[in-house]
Amino acid sequence: MKYIFRALLYLILIAPLLLFAAYAFSTRWFFPQPFPVEWTTSTFQHAINDSRTLSSMAQGIWIALLVSVLSLILALPAARVLGLRQFRGRQLAWLLLFLPTIIPPLAIGMGLNILFLRIGLAGTITGVALAHIIPTLPYTIFTLSSAFARFDENYEFQALALGANPLQIFLQVTLRMLTPSLVVATLFAFLISWSQYLLTLLIGGGQVITLPILLFSAASGGNPATIATLSLLFVAPPVLVIAFTARQLNQHGNQIREQY
Amino acid sequence: MRSHPLFSPWLSLAPALTIITVLLGASLLYAIAESVGYISVIGQSQISLDAYRATLQLGSEFWTSLGFSLWINITSTAISSVLALLLAVWLSERRGNTDTLALNWNLAFPHLVWSVALLLFLSQSGLLSRWAATLGLITTPADFPVLVRDRFGIGVILSYIGKEIPFLTIIILSVLRSQSVGYDVVAENLGASRWQRLRYVTLPQVMPALLAGSLLVFGFIFSSYEVPALLGVGYPRALPVLALRFFLDPDLRARSEGMVISLIITLIVMVVAVVGLRMKDEG
Repeated sequence: MKYIFRALLYLILIAPLLLFAAYAFSTRWFFPQPFPVEWTTSTFQHAINDSRTLSSMAQGIWIALLVSVLSLILALPAARVLGLRQFRGRQLAWLLLFLPTIIPPLAIGMGLNILFLRIGLAGTITGVALAHIIPTLPYTIFTLSSAFARFDENYEFQALALGANPLQIFLQVTLRMLTPSLVVATLFAFLISWSQYLLTLLIGGGQVITLPILLFSAASGGNPATIATLSLLFVAPPVLVIAFTARQLNQHGNQIREQY
Repeated sequence: MRSHPLFSPWLSLAPALTIITVLLGASLLYAIAESVGYISVIGQSQISLDAYRATLQLGSEFWTSLGFSLWINITSTAISSVLALLLAVWLSERRGNTDTLALNWNLAFPHLVWSVALLLFLSQSGLLSRWAATLGLITTPADFPVLVRDRFGIGVILSYIGKEIPFLTIIILSVLRSQSVGYDVVAENLGASRWQRLRYVTLPQVMPALLAGSLLVFGFIFSSYEVPALLGVGYPRALPVLALRFFLDPDLRARSEGMVISLIITLIVMVVAVVGLRMKDEG
C-alpha cells in the first residue's frame, strides 16, 4: 500500500512532462481517444524552427545571463559583509535587501513601468534585465551570505602570508571555496529571470518577448500541440538545473520557491 | 575584495542596497503619484483622491474581486496546509533525502507552466475528459464539468494547491526531521493512539512553521497574476488581474484605479508577510 502511494506521488511529480510530451509529439489525437495514436515530431520541429520561438529563447537566455552575472557582482561584496561581519545597522541592511521578496512584482512592475517609460528603459533588454535583478538579488545574497557565514577568512590570510596578491587570493582561495554556493546562486538567478512573466510584460511592453510571454499568449487561445511544445522548451532549463543540483537544493530550494 | 576590519561594511553593501532602494523607492513613488492622479504623461498634475473613491465605492468591481481573491486564497491555503501536514507526517516515517529531492522537483515547474499543464489536463476536451469518455462516463466534451476557466475559481485553486503542497510539505518535514523521534515514541509507549499522537505531539511541534508557511503562501497567492489570468474567467476576476487590466487600459483614468488596487494588494501582502515572519522567528 505504502509503495503504491509513493509511486503515485512520484508519478504526479513527472506527470506534467509526460502530459506535455503526449501533446507535443502527437498528431490527429481526437476527442474520445484516451492516448495519442499517431506520433510525430513535426509540430515540435515547426515550433523550434519558428523565428518567433527562436528569438524569444535567445532573448530570454541573454537577459537571464545578464541578470545572473549582474546579481552575482552586486551580491558578492554585500553577502561577504553580511555573512562575516557584525556591525551597526546590519538588521536594517537585511530588511532593505529582503523587501523585494515581500513587495509583489505586480506593484514593482507597474511603478517601474512609468519610471522606465520616462527614462527610456521601457521596451529595452537593459530595462527588463534591471527589473529582473529585483527578485534575483535577494536570493543571490541569501545563498552567498550563508556560504560566507561558514567561510574561514584565515585561509585568505594564509595565502597573503605566503605572498599571494589580492587577485590571486580572490580567484584561487575565496571563489574556489565558495564554488558550490556560487553555482547554485547563479543557476537560480538564471532560472528566476528565465521564468519571469509579469516584470517582462510590464517593462518589455511587447517589445521584449521571452518564452513565458509567448507561452502565456499561446495558452490563452492557441492549439494544444503548440502550447505543449512551448511548455517543454520553457521547462527544459529548470528541469536540467534541478536534476543536476538536486543535492544543494535540500539547503536552498525552498527559499526561492515562491519567486516564481 | 579582501575586506579590511577598518573598511566600512556599508561600502560593500552600497551597490546592492543602491540598486534595490532606488528601484523599489522610485517604483513605489511613481505608483503613489499615479494613484493620486499625478499623471505626467498627459500633463495632468492635480492631486486628487478620485481614483481611491472610484475604487472603493460600494458596488464597484473592486469588492467583487476582493471577495473572489479571498475565496481563492483561503481555500487554497487551507487545503494545501492540511494535505501538506498529512503528507509530511506520512513521509517523515521514512528517513533519507529521496522524498525531499522528489518534492524539490516541483521547482522545475514555475506556476505558469503548472497552470498550463492543468489547462491541458482538465479542460473539457482535455486528457481527463478523454479518459472519462473512454470509460463511458461522458459522451461529448460538453458533458465534462467545467473545472478550468470556471466561475468559482476551481482551476485556480487546484493549480495553487498542486504548487503549494510540496512547498509546505518541505517546511513541515524539515521541522519533523529536526526533532528527535523521542516524543512520538514516548507517547506511543504511554498508549497514545495514532490520532492522539498527531493531535497532541506532532501538531504542536509543527504548528508555528506551518502557520508561517501558510501566511507566506497566502501573501504569494494574493498578489499572483499568471494563475488567475490563465485559469480564471472574465468575471469575477482576481484582484491582481483586475489591477493589471485597469493599469493597461487605454483610458488613463483607469490607470490610476489600477494603481490604487495594486497598492492595496501590496499593503495587505506586506502586513501578512510581517505577521508570517514574526511567527517564523518565534517558532
